Amino acid sequence: MEESHGSAEQTASEYIQHHLSNLQVCRDQGAWVWNHCAGNFWTLNVDSIFFSVVLGVLFLYVFRQVAKQATAGKPTKLQAAVELIVGFVDGSVRDAFHGENKLIAPLALTIFVWVFLMNLMDLIPVDWLPITAAAVGVPYLKVVPTTDVNVTFAMSISVFILIIYYSIKIKGFGGFAKELTMHPVAPPTKGIGLIAAPFIIAFNFILEGVSLLARPVSLSLRLFGNMYAGELIFILIALLGLWQVPLHFGWAVFHILVVTLQAFIFMMLTIVYLGSAHDVGH
Amino acid sequence: MDFVIGMNLLAVAILIGLGALGVGIGMGILGGRFLEGAARQPELAPMLRTQMFLVVALLDAIAMIGVGIALFFAFANPFIA
Repeated sequence: MEESHGSAEQTASEYIQHHLSNLQVCRDQGAWVWNHCAGNFWTLNVDSIFFSVVLGVLFLYVFRQVAKQATAGKPTKLQAAVELIVGFVDGSVRDAFHGENKLIAPLALTIFVWVFLMNLMDLIPVDWLPITAAAVGVPYLKVVPTTDVNVTFAMSISVFILIIYYSIKIKGFGGFAKELTMHPVAPPTKGIGLIAAPFIIAFNFILEGVSLLARPVSLSLRLFGNMYAGELIFILIALLGLWQVPLHFGWAVFHILVVTLQAFIFMMLTIVYLGSAHDVGH
Repeated sequence: MDFVIGMNLLAVAILIGLGALGVGIGMGILGGRFLEGAARQPELAPMLRTQMFLVVALLDAIAMIGVGIALFFAFANPFIA
């Protein structure tokens, strides 16, 4: 579907660029400027922040209401659905996490449902929300927060901070450092081999360091890449005129799988990484 | 500038193509092993299926990171004015 802005028809390229642009605000020479933020570090993607916060509050409100009004006698359908989700997350945490921590299960539930809701925004037809936004004067709107690298990196960096915090808390600073420098090659501790020990420790540190850093990076880019590619294909299908209807339907059905799977994988990997942060016995 | 645009398109094609090639072969092998395992012990099939989806999503990650970067360069290349 091509829209006309003013007098000239939009080209396909402009349509795509328009739909891939966030609503941005930044400080430029002391004043708040909207949407002229290319290259400015201190830029806020207002649409991503707005939708992620709204969906988070929605999730918390609905789940809290169901929890407060939960009955064992005649549960409502919403209560049954929430119980299904909570039971599923509980089962996953029990399977994969073998430590003692009260934070893990609520964290897993939050990550799963929040990421799922944010991804679900991708199934709303591409032009609906941006057109209503343009009618009230908002020029750009990207409605899927997880197509914004900032959002996915924010979540994965938070998980990374938790991994390091719990590693140091459970294993101690010495234990954490040992794990980074003494695996996988054990350095020799006596005899002539002592000369090689610093090199082996450095080698171990590089290997383990890369492996540790790869976790938040891959966690966020996995989610970002899947969602960005999915959204871009929706935009490309929208350019096809009348043929878009069957193609949109087919791709949307496939995308439902991707949406759920990516939320599940984010949650599962968070549980596994935090589990290995609690793992003392080697 | 034409040269840069041409090389840009080539880079996008290689990124997406090689990612898809590797992941396609890997997932084919994974699916085959899953079917073999499920045929041996059908009662384990649901558990194996869950694990298979876990590995599928992990494999997808690398291909998708490549696709994400490639599509970024296809539509919003910062080196092209």
